[in-house]
Amino acid sequence: MPERTPSQTVGPYLHIGLTQGGYGAREIFAAVVADPGLSGTHIRIEGRVWDGEGNIVPDAMLEIWQADDQGRYSHPADGRPLASNSFRGFGRCPTDKDGGFAFDTVKPGSVAGPGGSQQAPHINVGVFSRGLLKRLFTRIYFDGDPANATDPILALVPADRRGTLLAKADPAKPGLFRFDVRLQGADETVFFEA
Amino acid sequence: MNDVYSRAGGAADPPYLSPDYVGTRTRSPKRPLIVIPQTLSEITGPVYGHGDVTPEAADLTRQHAGEPLGERIIVKGRVLDEGGRPVPNALVEIWQCNAAGRYRHAVDQHDAPLDPNFTGAGRCVTDAAGNYQFISIKPGAYPWRNHANAWRPAHIHLSLFGPSFLTRLVTQMYFPGDPLFPFDPIFNSVPDPKARERMICRFDLTATRPEWALAYNFDIVLRGSRATPLDPDHA
Repeated sequence: MPERTPSQTVGPYLHIGLTQGGYGAREIFAAVVADPGLSGTHIRIEGRVWDGEGNIVPDAMLEIWQADDQGRYSHPADGRPLASNSFRGFGRCPTDKDGGFAFDTVKPGSVAGPGGSQQAPHINVGVFSRGLLKRLFTRIYFDGDPANATDPILALVPADRRGTLLAKADPAKPGLFRFDVRLQGADETVFFEA
Repeated sequence: MNDVYSRAGGAADPPYLSPDYVGTRTRSPKRPLIVIPQTLSEITGPVYGHGDVTPEAADLTRQHAGEPLGERIIVKGRVLDEGGRPVPNALVEIWQCNAAGRYRHAVDQHDAPLDPNFTGAGRCVTDAAGNYQFISIKPGAYPWRNHANAWRPAHIHLSLFGPSFLTRLVTQMYFPGDPLFPFDPIFNSVPDPKARERMICRFDLTATRPEWALAYNFDIVLRGSRATPLDPDHA
């Protein structure tokens, strides 16, 4: 049987191949995951990526993967029909010179979990950058969502670290959530392996 | 919920912290990863295919008015999973520097010429048997500031999704016999020498087009779904 090809870093020039907006080629990925007409609660998630010395990371890229507002994934392993054929549930965004990223999407619904459980609304996140030899994988949950209390994945995270997975609503701007990624350090984001 | 995808195969990957590659020192997590079950969120993933990519995107030598300088090459191979099964309709994205070792990127200040006829980005989608093919030019080696007199061996970056969120792979393809291999901390971040060899393409005389271009073969093996469930009662 063939053996897996090892992972390598995206390096500092990932934009040429992965986020080509500035390089003239046709863009097929975007940070806008939900068209304005898509059903659900439209939200924007903004944040920054930080390294272990408290410096922003201006050459990272985030990918998000999520269900629609009914908790359905646009994928054969889910198989349930989606309300909108235009919804793919995938977004990609490079960080800017301030380490910032932003996704425009809808809040996902609850998704089936192990053993008949329900997972709280969450967005799956992949993080890539120079200095990361393989993708980091985390989740965005929504601060204050009552379903978090019974989420089977959050239950695996030590209570004092769960806060790193919670996007917080901005009280001044309805629909805006803030979520930072800390690659290393005291408030290091919880990263997963599955 | 039983695992759908293998876990053990990850042993081929480099660790997050690989101190000789300086960038990993402040960007690698220090806390252990938290192991979670493979739920619907992980066994699904983005689906992109033939409708998203034009055939011209696979030829990096035909994206401008003229042809780029350098040695024209064919890069071809198959995308497989660990079970040896082809992965059809898989999006492959690549990027690379030009023949002089310079990226068309604002951050790259290497004192080597840009080529007005070369961007260095390509995309294609595998066919029903998992085959892909790009036309490009052989990338050059280039210096970087990791340590004194540091040079990257010639390489092409490749990015693939595979069938789920868990099969995502970004890697680099290297060329046979590169004298820079022993000195490159990124290549050597992969601990197992046999696994490092799996990042080196193979010269393929049979695929070479006479009077036109040399060919290199590079098969890409993604994390696979498990052939046999461990616990048949709950399969």
